[in-house]
Amino acid sequence: MFEYFYKYGSPRHFYDLSKMFVPWLGGICLILLIAGLTGGLFFAPPDYQQGESFRIIYVHVPSAWMSLFIYVVMASAGAISLVWKVKVADALARASAPLGASFTFLALATGSLWGKPMWGTWWVWDARLTSELILLFLYLGYMALQTAIDDRRTAARAGAILSLVGVVNIPIIHYSVEWWHTLHQGPTITKLDAPSIHPSMLVPLLIMAFAFMFYYAAVVLLRARYEILENERNSAWVYELTEQRKG
Amino acid sequence: MSSLQSFLHMGGYAIYVWPAYVLTFIVLILNVILPLKREGQFFRALVERKKRLEKAQ
Repeated sequence: MFEYFYKYGSPRHFYDLSKMFVPWLGGICLILLIAGLTGGLFFAPPDYQQGESFRIIYVHVPSAWMSLFIYVVMASAGAISLVWKVKVADALARASAPLGASFTFLALATGSLWGKPMWGTWWVWDARLTSELILLFLYLGYMALQTAIDDRRTAARAGAILSLVGVVNIPIIHYSVEWWHTLHQGPTITKLDAPSIHPSMLVPLLIMAFAFMFYYAAVVLLRARYEILENERNSAWVYELTEQRKG
Repeated sequence: MSSLQSFLHMGGYAIYVWPAYVLTFIVLILNVILPLKREGQFFRALVERKKRLEKAQ
């Protein structure tokens, strides 16, 4: 098993795999995006309370979900690179940070655009909003740490520890709407009983969530591939790649 | 009001709904373009370095 793991965990193989998978993942993402947007913008009926403004949900909620999901992936990859010193895991963690930060920013910004017409304010120090803002700072802190430390192995270790400590924020964000009854609404979909949302509204939301998932998979491979190239710039196989590109 | 107009109007919430979508897609597209551009630059720099080394020999 470990032989297999090392073979496909090797930078060289990872590069080839990335080349192979990115177009497929990207293609699936595009199809899902078109389906989700059509469903969300055209077919879903307006909300009985919020009217058309609720359509922000189709970018807001998937972004927020991705911001948490990517953090967990980043911390897990960090843990793997910390324990087994797998270069590819470190590359995945590094590549995840800017994507996670982007989705966190989008969750906050689209939430703000939704909050203004519905709550009457762009921002409020609500538990959900504040903990999500802390998540953004965790991502930015991780990225700053990576640029500040020149030695790759030290940076990988420091980043992994930072991201693992930050994991404590993830359940806080998730349960914030239950622990503190402030302004942000409670969960609609991830409840144990049936979701309190009509299928015509729910299906496009789930499709958008899958689209974002495939987007992340495609782009994280693209970014991790670059991290690997940078790291291995002096190795023979990267040198061979330039031969192919010239020809 | 035509159906396209009413679609763009978003029941009066156009100034909130459309910026949310536009912003999302700008961020998503940038996250694809920037790494691709960097990869292109990386390979160009490697090819340059190789040419210099070949000249020096």
